[in-house]
Amino acid sequence: MTPAQVEQIVVEIVARQAMVAPATVKLQATPEELGLDSLGLVESIFAIEEAFDVTVPFNANDPGSASFDIATVGSMVMAVQALIATKPA
Amino acid sequence: MRRVAITGAGTVNPLAGDVAGTYAALREGRSAIGPLELRDVARLTIRIGARIHGWQPEVLFSSQDLALLDPFSQYAVVAARQALAQSGLQFDGALAETSGVIIGSAGGGLTTSDDNYRAVYQAGKARVHPFVVPRLMLNAAASQIAIGCGLQGPVYAVSSACSSSNHAIGQAFQLIRSGSADVMLAGGSDAMLCFGGIKAWEGLRVLSQTGCRPFSADRDGMVIGEGAAVFVLEEMTRARTRGADILAEVAGFAMTSDGADMVLPSVSGAARAMTIALRDAGLDPADIGYINAHGTGTTVNDRCETAAITQVFGGKPPPVSSTKSMHGHLMGGAGAVELLACLMALRDGVIAPTIGHVAGDPDCGLDVVPNVARTARVKVALSNSFAFGGLNAVLALKAV
Repeated sequence: MTPAQVEQIVVEIVARQAMVAPATVKLQATPEELGLDSLGLVESIFAIEEAFDVTVPFNANDPGSASFDIATVGSMVMAVQALIATKPA
Repeated sequence: MRRVAITGAGTVNPLAGDVAGTYAALREGRSAIGPLELRDVARLTIRIGARIHGWQPEVLFSSQDLALLDPFSQYAVVAARQALAQSGLQFDGALAETSGVIIGSAGGGLTTSDDNYRAVYQAGKARVHPFVVPRLMLNAAASQIAIGCGLQGPVYAVSSACSSSNHAIGQAFQLIRSGSADVMLAGGSDAMLCFGGIKAWEGLRVLSQTGCRPFSADRDGMVIGEGAAVFVLEEMTRARTRGADILAEVAGFAMTSDGADMVLPSVSGAARAMTIALRDAGLDPADIGYINAHGTGTTVNDRCETAAITQVFGGKPPPVSSTKSMHGHLMGGAGAVELLACLMALRDGVIAPTIGHVAGDPDCGLDVVPNVARTARVKVALSNSFAFGGLNAVLALKAV
C-alpha cells in the first residue's frame, strides 16, 4: 500500500466519523477541530485497526500519552504508516 | 413511615469469600488485582483483573444445582446464604409471602453465553446444554435465591450497568418502606472475566493495563473484577422486636438519569442523585461522614464525580474513598460490595482507603483517604454508583 493510499483511507475514516466530506479534511486538522470527541476517536481508531489489520496503542484515559500520535490527521497518517512498516510479514 | 434495617450481609468478591475477610482486606488496603489466567488470554490486550481465586463450586453446590448456576448466580447465592445466616431469619408461614429478592447485574450469565457461543460457532457443536437459557438469564440469581429460601413476594432482577446493585438495594428499601414487603434480600452480582467479556470492554479503550488508581494523577483506567454482595433488608420494628443485630439503617435513596450521553457522565446528574438521597433521608450534607465513591479510575469519571461532590458538599466534603482500587470494578456487583465499606465505616469506625494513590490530580481535589485506612466516627455514609447510559443511584446509610 502506497503512502498516498494510506492517507486517503485514514482521511476517509476520520471524515466519516466527523460527518464531513473527505475533501474538506486537512492534514493539519486536530480531532477537536473536526468535532471528534473521545468516543469518535475510539471509533476512528477501531476503523483504522480494521482497515489496516494493525493494533493501535490507545487509551482513552490518556489519549496523548501513547506512541500513536493523535494530535492531527497528518500525525495519525504517519503513525499508521509506522505501524504498517513494523507489521510482521 | 416504615424504616428499613440491614440485618445481614454476605459476599464473595476478589478480596475474600466472606464479610469478615473483606473488612480485613479493606482495612489493610490489600489489592486483589493481578494477572488474568483464562482461555485465549494471549489474544487479549488487557490481561489484568480482580479474580476470585480458589473458587470451588462443586463443594458449595450439588451437581444438579450447578447445571443451572452460572458463576454470577453462584456468587449471589453464596452471598445470600451468608447474609441470611447472619440475620437469623426463617421464612416459614406468612413471612415468605411478604419477602422477596432483587439482584442487580450488568451482564447476567455472560460466561454461559461465551462458553456456548464457542461451542456452536467455534467448535461447530450441534447442540448446547438444555439449561443454557435458565443459566444465563439476568433474573437467574434472584430466582435461585428465592427458590433456595422459598420466598414468594416480589422477586426480580434490575440491570443498570454499574449502578445495578444500588438500584436493586434502593428498590428493596422502597418496597419495605412502602409496605409492599417486610424482608428483602438485595444486592448485585457479576462475573464478566471471561474472554468475550473482556474483549468487549477492550473496545472502549478505558481499561487499565497497569492497575486501578482512582483520583490519582497517574490513573489510566479501570480494572474489571467479579463477585457479589447480598444484604438482608428488614422492616425496622420487626427487626427490633425479634432482637436482631441491626448493622445499619438504609435511610435514603435516589436515582436520576443524565438523559444526555451513553458513556460520558454528567456532573448535574450525579449531584442531583446525591442531593435527593440526602433529602430522602432527611439529612444535610454536613451529616455525612464518609462517601464511598463510584471512583472507577477513568479520567472522566473521577473528575466528574469530584465536581459533583464539590457541588453538593461545597468547600468541605467528607472523606471520599474508592475501594475499586482494591477489589476492581465489579460492574453490577460493585455497589453491593462497596456498601460493605460503608458498613465498616459506620460499625467499626474505619474508613477504607483509596490505594494506589501516587499523586493528587488538581482536578480531583478531594480527601480520598490515600493508601491507608483511617479511624473516624461516621454516623452517616453515602454510596455512589454512576452507570453507562447515564444512570445514577445513591444510597444513604445511617449508624444505628
